[in-house]
Amino acid sequence: MTDSRPVLTMTGISKSFPGVRALHNVDFQLFPGEVHALMGENGAGKSTLIKVLTGVYGIDEGVVTLGDEQVAFSGPMQASAAGVSTVYQEVNLCPNLSVAENIFIGREPRRFGAVRWGEIRRRARQLLTRLDLDIDVTAPVASYSLAVQQMVAIARAIDVQARVLILDEPTSSLDAGEVAQLFRIMRQLRDEGIAILFVTHFLDQVYGIADRITVLRNGTLVGEYPTAELPQLALVEKMIGKELDVLERIEEQPRRELAALEGGTPFVEVSELARKGAVAPFSLTIHAGEVVGLAGLLGSGRTEVARLFFGADRSDRGEVSVNGKPTSLRNPVQAIEHGVGFCSENRRAEGIIPDLSVRENMILAMQAARGWLRPIPRRRQDELVAQYIKALSIRPANPDLPVRNLSGGNQQKVLLARWLITEPRLLILDEPTRGIDIGAKAEIQKLVVQLSDGGMAVLFISAELEEVLRLSHKVAVMRDREMVAQLDNDDTVDADRVMQTIASGATREEVTQ
Amino acid sequence: MTDAKNRYQAVLSHRLFWPVAVLVVLLAANTVYRPGFLSIEVNNGHLYGTPIDILRLSAPLILVALGMTLVISTGGIDLSVGSICAISGAIACLHISQAADQNNMVTVFTALAMALGVALALGAWNGILVSVIGIQPIIATLILMVAGRGIAQLVTEGQIITINSGPYRAIGLGHFLTLPLAIFIALGAALLVAGLTRRTALGMIIESVGGNREASRLAGIRSARMVFLVYVVSAVCAAIAGFMMTANVSSADGNNAGLWVELDAILAVVIGGTSLAGGRFYLGGTILGALIIQTLTTTVYAMNISPQTALLFKAVVVIAVCLIQAPAFRAKLSRRRRGTPTPSTPSAPRQKEEVSA
Amino acid sequence: MTTTSLTAGPRWARLPRRHVPVLVTLALLLVMYAVGVSQYRAFSNVQVIFNVFIDNGFLLVVAVGMTFVILTGGIDLSVGSVVAMTAMVSAWLLQSGLPALLVLVIALLIGPTLGFLMGCAIHYFDIQPFIVTLAGMFFARGMCTFISDASIPITDGFWTTMSQYRIGDPRGNFVSISVLIVLAVVVVAAYVLAYTRLGRNVYAIGGNPQSALLMGLPVGRTRIAVYTISGLCSAIGGILLSFYTLSGAPLIGVGMELDVIAAVVIGGTVLTGGAGYIFGTVLGVLVLGVIQTLITFDGSLNSWWTKIVIGGLLFAFILFQRLIGIRYK
Repeated sequence: MTDSRPVLTMTGISKSFPGVRALHNVDFQLFPGEVHALMGENGAGKSTLIKVLTGVYGIDEGVVTLGDEQVAFSGPMQASAAGVSTVYQEVNLCPNLSVAENIFIGREPRRFGAVRWGEIRRRARQLLTRLDLDIDVTAPVASYSLAVQQMVAIARAIDVQARVLILDEPTSSLDAGEVAQLFRIMRQLRDEGIAILFVTHFLDQVYGIADRITVLRNGTLVGEYPTAELPQLALVEKMIGKELDVLERIEEQPRRELAALEGGTPFVEVSELARKGAVAPFSLTIHAGEVVGLAGLLGSGRTEVARLFFGADRSDRGEVSVNGKPTSLRNPVQAIEHGVGFCSENRRAEGIIPDLSVRENMILAMQAARGWLRPIPRRRQDELVAQYIKALSIRPANPDLPVRNLSGGNQQKVLLARWLITEPRLLILDEPTRGIDIGAKAEIQKLVVQLSDGGMAVLFISAELEEVLRLSHKVAVMRDREMVAQLDNDDTVDADRVMQTIASGATREEVTQ
Repeated sequence: MTDAKNRYQAVLSHRLFWPVAVLVVLLAANTVYRPGFLSIEVNNGHLYGTPIDILRLSAPLILVALGMTLVISTGGIDLSVGSICAISGAIACLHISQAADQNNMVTVFTALAMALGVALALGAWNGILVSVIGIQPIIATLILMVAGRGIAQLVTEGQIITINSGPYRAIGLGHFLTLPLAIFIALGAALLVAGLTRRTALGMIIESVGGNREASRLAGIRSARMVFLVYVVSAVCAAIAGFMMTANVSSADGNNAGLWVELDAILAVVIGGTSLAGGRFYLGGTILGALIIQTLTTTVYAMNISPQTALLFKAVVVIAVCLIQAPAFRAKLSRRRRGTPTPSTPSAPRQKEEVSA
Repeated sequence: MTTTSLTAGPRWARLPRRHVPVLVTLALLLVMYAVGVSQYRAFSNVQVIFNVFIDNGFLLVVAVGMTFVILTGGIDLSVGSVVAMTAMVSAWLLQSGLPALLVLVIALLIGPTLGFLMGCAIHYFDIQPFIVTLAGMFFARGMCTFISDASIPITDGFWTTMSQYRIGDPRGNFVSISVLIVLAVVVVAAYVLAYTRLGRNVYAIGGNPQSALLMGLPVGRTRIAVYTISGLCSAIGGILLSFYTLSGAPLIGVGMELDVIAAVVIGGTVLTGGAGYIFGTVLGVLVLGVIQTLITFDGSLNSWWTKIVIGGLLFAFILFQRLIGIRYK
């Protein structure tokens, strides 16, 4: 920290959206020449804070000071003109244009209105040399790896005399080598006195580069800490929180016993299953009636594991057997034939068909399995739908309403019903309780217990450790796209232990057992 | 009182309200202009009159629009239907014209079967380009739209093939139970498509694919297969429409048969309330749309305005209908009506929608 | 240096990829020309090439406008009708005795105005370009017959001069003034696309409209501009057509939009936007022109083969673009 005066100060920031309080009285300080990590789970308010800062959203309450001036940007363009530039997770460049043009488009040097290509190329080379990047600036951006594209985006950001550089999850699609290269550039920029705000989900990276850490949870500031003084475990605790869960007071579930299930044949067994760029090889066995929890931070590979089990993505190595017979799960149709169901975490994009009615959304998977020539008789549809609307207490209880008119929790229940109707033998639930109210949450948890008691296998993914621990017989822990541990959920396992595993990882031996 | 108001609101917001209103206004305007407009008379045991003519003339458009409805429901579009009309009509007429006895039923049915076979192949071609190779529908079907005209002229060797076949002519001009046969064919096709989609699960599955392709895939639907299918259905519908068009004039003109019918069909679908973005489809609305377009054309004829000038009216209708349906326009309108600016906060999710659209 | 591993191959291996479609079209054109020369003695006459320009000049101008639209990922179906409408309006106004210069100005204003309105509808109301320009097409075609059902001859002195004046060499080869106008339009358009911010924004929007917006580029303004430009090009095309035919006919240019789109695609411009050059469009129009010339020279082949061949080429080029992976979305 070369300077004791912050370049950027945000004080008492609050921001609400209809029905949601995204930020509440958050303070944030950024000093020149530091890399400052902004941490928090999904919905903690990180991206809202960034968007409030760069003027994408207006501020409800609070003050932003840049240098000595109080500022309120009207949008990202004005922010970057004032020296606050953002590089987003999805690289926002035009893939068809050259590297040089991507850096300068919108502010090309011109003479008599004509773009000066020579000048652009020269300055682009200069700029990239500063970033220690030796590439052909006339080649289209699309011909380079994501890492290089990321750096081109950074070059665009710092060309405008940036004082503050915001990197919003820049590393989520980079491999280790590329991350190293990015870090080298970040350090260099830091040494030049630029303040870098760094958002990531990878703990290693935070400890590899950040000078200080600010943690947000549920829209409020947890605290600001020098990286050296905050052990990983403490960070994870602060991110996830250990609040007294309302649910725990509602009902204390007895510990699930794994031993009884181990004797039976496993329903599905995968070994060394992997997909390049998504998840490293892992092995996992799920028995009938068993609930396997997947714990880990966002971006740790939880969802990727689930998608491989359902054939939503193709694995590029590894073996699968169902009921002891070797097979493959190459597409959802195949997985469904084997009795697998999958509720995606991305309800809107991968779950509901917004135009169709509650009834149609519920019977969709069953209908798809029967083929279009054998429609489910209307009376049977009505029975099924009425049964599940009642069982899951879906509100409003009108089967002919377009599903888009329902609340998030009720949409989630409709999706659950879609799969329960198919009577699956393995149900994969990816964050089924996220973003829904506490009552619906409790109902879904209860349901999972009932289903597994009835012999259904469940792969349960949740960011909330308490929830995972309450429901699962076995917890698989994910970290940086790798399955680092599988813990039998017995007396020795508690939230602390899982957090420790998430924070520090485990040895490879423990995974393969 | 609120009940009456609610009912009024419900009628007003029903998706078929505006199409029906337009049709009624058109018919009313015609009746005012020409009091005998709606009268129907019996002659030789057949019904005659302008309303019957409108029904008969709209039959080919209804057929094409039925297929187009399914294609649009999957989020696609089929520009090649006009060319397919021309090709199928040309093949059928060519076969009949070469036969010794043009009135032979076997000849006529062979001709129809041949033409339908070719149409199936053309539909499959479109389907493969879109669902297997993954070319954008508008571009994939543009190929056949351009080349198809040439193929049709190749079949007719650039001539207008004139035939003199009673049975074939009946497809366009024949009568059955006092009404033109064409009406029954269109009605039959409409019932068949409606039955196929609404009595089976096909309709729901198509809507599901059009509404959210990825979610449909994850629910176990073979989306690509459905997309392929609708292009084949569209081509078959177009082929039957092609028979009607050529039968109406007892001749096949590779250049002009079915010219611009794809545009009218798309228009009929949109007027009928099916969104160009895909999803829910409304066969009844489509038929209504086709009737509106034909009534408009007939009206313009009756007023002695050239049919080309009718395009002016059509342009107005297209823009009006699209504006009414465009969410952006509705939002702007309702914002003005309420007099309060809508909060500008959720701009980020909106951008996402644009990308996916 | 460690960074070298991140660069993408040697320069020569990568650079041409953007140019491959254009080069393929150029090769195709040369092959077709060679075939023509080898088969027909008269084909080697320079005038054959000049005639291709004379006969297809208006098509080329319209295709230039379409290139702008397609580069942003849009489409303009109204061009053929706007060409006809411009010719029709000119003929009608001249017939009613307005001075040639005034007619020229009015005729050149109608197209861009319609284009501007269509661009606004597309941008502000978020309606698909396909539908908006379809309405524009209906409107313009309707206006033609609204003006007159029959074709209107043009007898104006300026028009006849423009039509008949020949710029030639001593051996009798010549081009019309229209060809020079066409070349001027091509040069200006190529300059705009390569050297102005407007042109670069067109490419950026075609590449990724979302990014373009986040990079702070004026997406809405550019989008409206391209439809206006396309309208202007159609208007110029309409004037050139009226020079060529010395009349305004209500049904001329029906289906022209298809030829134009085909020419642009064959010229290597990707229909999803973001990649393509004016030079490619010139080649695309020339390919169409040479096909027609070849078929005319042949005599035994009929005109409908033109459409089939164009359709075939369209398919081949779209498939080819797909195969070499020029599809950024």
